[in-house]
Amino acid sequence: MDAVSWNRFQFGFLITYHYLFPQLTMGLALIILILKILAIRKQDERYDSAAQFWAKIFGINFAVGVVTGIPMEFQFGTNWAQFSNFAGGVISLTLALEGLFAFFAESAFLGLFLYGRKRLGPKLHLFSAFMVFAGSWLSGYFIIATNAFMQHPVGYEIGKSGALQLADMWAYLLNPWAIWQYLHNMTAAVITGSFVVCAVGAYYILSDRHNEVARKFTTVGVVTGLIACIIILFPTGDQHGKMMAKYQPAALAAMEGKFETSDKAEMALIGQPDIVNRKLDNPLVVPYVLSFLAYGSFGAEVKGMNDMPKDELPDNIELLYYGYHIMVGLGTIFILLMVTAAIKLKRNTLFSSRYLLWILMFAFPFPYIATTFGWMTAELGRQPWTVYGLQRTVHASSPLVSGGSIAFSSLGFMGLYLVMGVLFLYLIGKQIAGGPPEAEGTLAEAA
Amino acid sequence: METTWFIIVSLMMATYVVLDGFDFGAGILHLFIAKTDIERRSVIAAIGPLWDGNEVWLLAGGGVLFFSFPRAYSAGFSGFYLPLTMVLWLLIMRGISIEFRSLEKSTLWRSFWDGVFFLSSALMAIVLGAALGNVIRGVPLEKSGFFSGPLFTDFATGEHPGVLDWYTVLVGLFAFAMLAMHGALYLRMKLVGEIRARAAAAAKKLFVAVVILGVLATGATQIVQPSIFEHLRGGPFGWFLVFAVVASLVAIPLTYKKAGEGAPFLASCALIATMLAATAAGVYPTLLSSTIDPAYSLNISNASAGGIGLNVGIYWWVAAMIITIGYFIYLFKTFGGKVDLEEGYGH
Repeated sequence: MDAVSWNRFQFGFLITYHYLFPQLTMGLALIILILKILAIRKQDERYDSAAQFWAKIFGINFAVGVVTGIPMEFQFGTNWAQFSNFAGGVISLTLALEGLFAFFAESAFLGLFLYGRKRLGPKLHLFSAFMVFAGSWLSGYFIIATNAFMQHPVGYEIGKSGALQLADMWAYLLNPWAIWQYLHNMTAAVITGSFVVCAVGAYYILSDRHNEVARKFTTVGVVTGLIACIIILFPTGDQHGKMMAKYQPAALAAMEGKFETSDKAEMALIGQPDIVNRKLDNPLVVPYVLSFLAYGSFGAEVKGMNDMPKDELPDNIELLYYGYHIMVGLGTIFILLMVTAAIKLKRNTLFSSRYLLWILMFAFPFPYIATTFGWMTAELGRQPWTVYGLQRTVHASSPLVSGGSIAFSSLGFMGLYLVMGVLFLYLIGKQIAGGPPEAEGTLAEAA
Repeated sequence: METTWFIIVSLMMATYVVLDGFDFGAGILHLFIAKTDIERRSVIAAIGPLWDGNEVWLLAGGGVLFFSFPRAYSAGFSGFYLPLTMVLWLLIMRGISIEFRSLEKSTLWRSFWDGVFFLSSALMAIVLGAALGNVIRGVPLEKSGFFSGPLFTDFATGEHPGVLDWYTVLVGLFAFAMLAMHGALYLRMKLVGEIRARAAAAAKKLFVAVVILGVLATGATQIVQPSIFEHLRGGPFGWFLVFAVVASLVAIPLTYKKAGEGAPFLASCALIATMLAATAAGVYPTLLSSTIDPAYSLNISNASAGGIGLNVGIYWWVAAMIITIGYFIYLFKTFGGKVDLEEGYGH
């Protein structure tokens, strides 16, 4: 393996692991905020007890998210120094803004939110919950804007030294790619949060513990989950797909496993891409759908990979194809599950449908999987470019860092993260076993 | 404009060292001055709600360095690949030890995290000092604008020094003593009872170590990189900064008995800030000097990005700082005063 491959391996590992944590904190931040507002609005302490329980889980998650996020910020310089030299004049703006506007807000108010409940009183405590939410969601935007520049560079000019520099700040910050990718990604984070909250609620109900608060978990989880599952498909997923068709046709063709150019293009539901013989094996396809999804017309021509220059095609077509299909497949199942749960909730039969509660309890890992594969689709689809059309990945890494050094640090990170992951699961398990705190006032828990 | 950004980057890094410095110091000392679980919990509670915000100054400062001088950021970070990887491991272990410690009552669990907290804090203090030593001494920057810094070579300074040589290790030890004293003064201010007395006793001993190591490190800098002192003498603020460093140092023992407990801690903050300011003024306008050929050095003009970035950035920075200072005043006020174990990091 050459140094660039080691760099890609290390980045892939670190970012995949890291993002398991922020996706839950960003989703939970919104749900905790909703619980806190409901507690004040309805004067119902069970919501406050629910918010306190999730704040604990949030805190542990946040801590791991922070410490695994620090390496990500370093990686630009340590592993991808040529990329930083080339694009630093542009992308460093959002990275600096993330630190200045989002991290400060998050970190300052997280301390207040987690440890200042008694000192602050309900109103200010709600405000600190809001600031943690706002900080984490703002942080998400700055990172996505950075990634969006790599996917679809705008607002830049080429300076004298050949490196990029900022030419139009607002064009860069309001990159249309960033806006759709952000909405799509944040909706995914809400899905992860909703599924986790639902799952813990279902677990308590099934084991007949903390019934009152658990029902609040599942109710809030199903409602936010249903809304998010619809938004993830339309408009955010749909618009994101149309941008791919417009700006990254090679990625779209590879995601869909489309080798031959055709109009009335078909969408493959299943099938295995065979790169050597350049065809899709055992395909199950629906005609017209891809043309419509990509260009809004059933007859539109969709270009296949066989008609594109080979050195502009993504270099891992198989993984890209499966990444996309797993994301879309799981997303479809999520919609079905949440619609069913919401109907039952409306009819007041959800909490007696034990089979559905079992499904909700075991469903929580799948949004993590869908989100991870969604990001793999975005990042593998951008290949062979680091900055689409401007800098290739092979020219982006640090020139003087050997593969051996990167292998060494990768293995170290893997060992450290393994231990941390085990401890994390243990601590979360302990929180869940402990359950939510008893409501403090007159509304003592009935069960 | 580049000069303004040089000052901004230096300012943010100095703020980082002043703020995270006291929680590094607390980590170094807690094994020795806090004996029982309650005492250790009170040390953790003294920094618990603050350390994360303090550390953000490193991330934000790094982001601002990347923004203003991308070539210095990429050269420095890739050149120090292995040491930075280890810094990351230390920061990860340190953060986890603070956050995970209180979540389990078992004494073994807590002792384990106390050990991790001490080791990672101590090594981070030394590494921060060594990093500063490397910036002062210079690194083997090549014509390409990159360098590859081995962890260590023969511990001599020269054309191809390691990240650790006699000079950077000395600066590392100085930083260790400095931050330990800084932490001791902070804990003296935040805690009560026997542990406060032990923190005060540690502060006195560490002050002596700071003076001795400080004189040694200053002398060594004159040998390794005499240009720093030339720049400082030539620059407009040189004598003022030297005076400010000495005044802050002297203020620590002077205010120790009579003035409130906050005064010596503030003097220690001022000492760190003025020493870093003097170093920055001495290094300016170079960001990373080359030990191979001065022509390969990265300075504020050849390391910045150009374009409109630096001009629009200044508005963002000022706005962000106003908001952030507001947050921090509010945060430190809310958690101000002596540590109360009834809430927060207790259990």
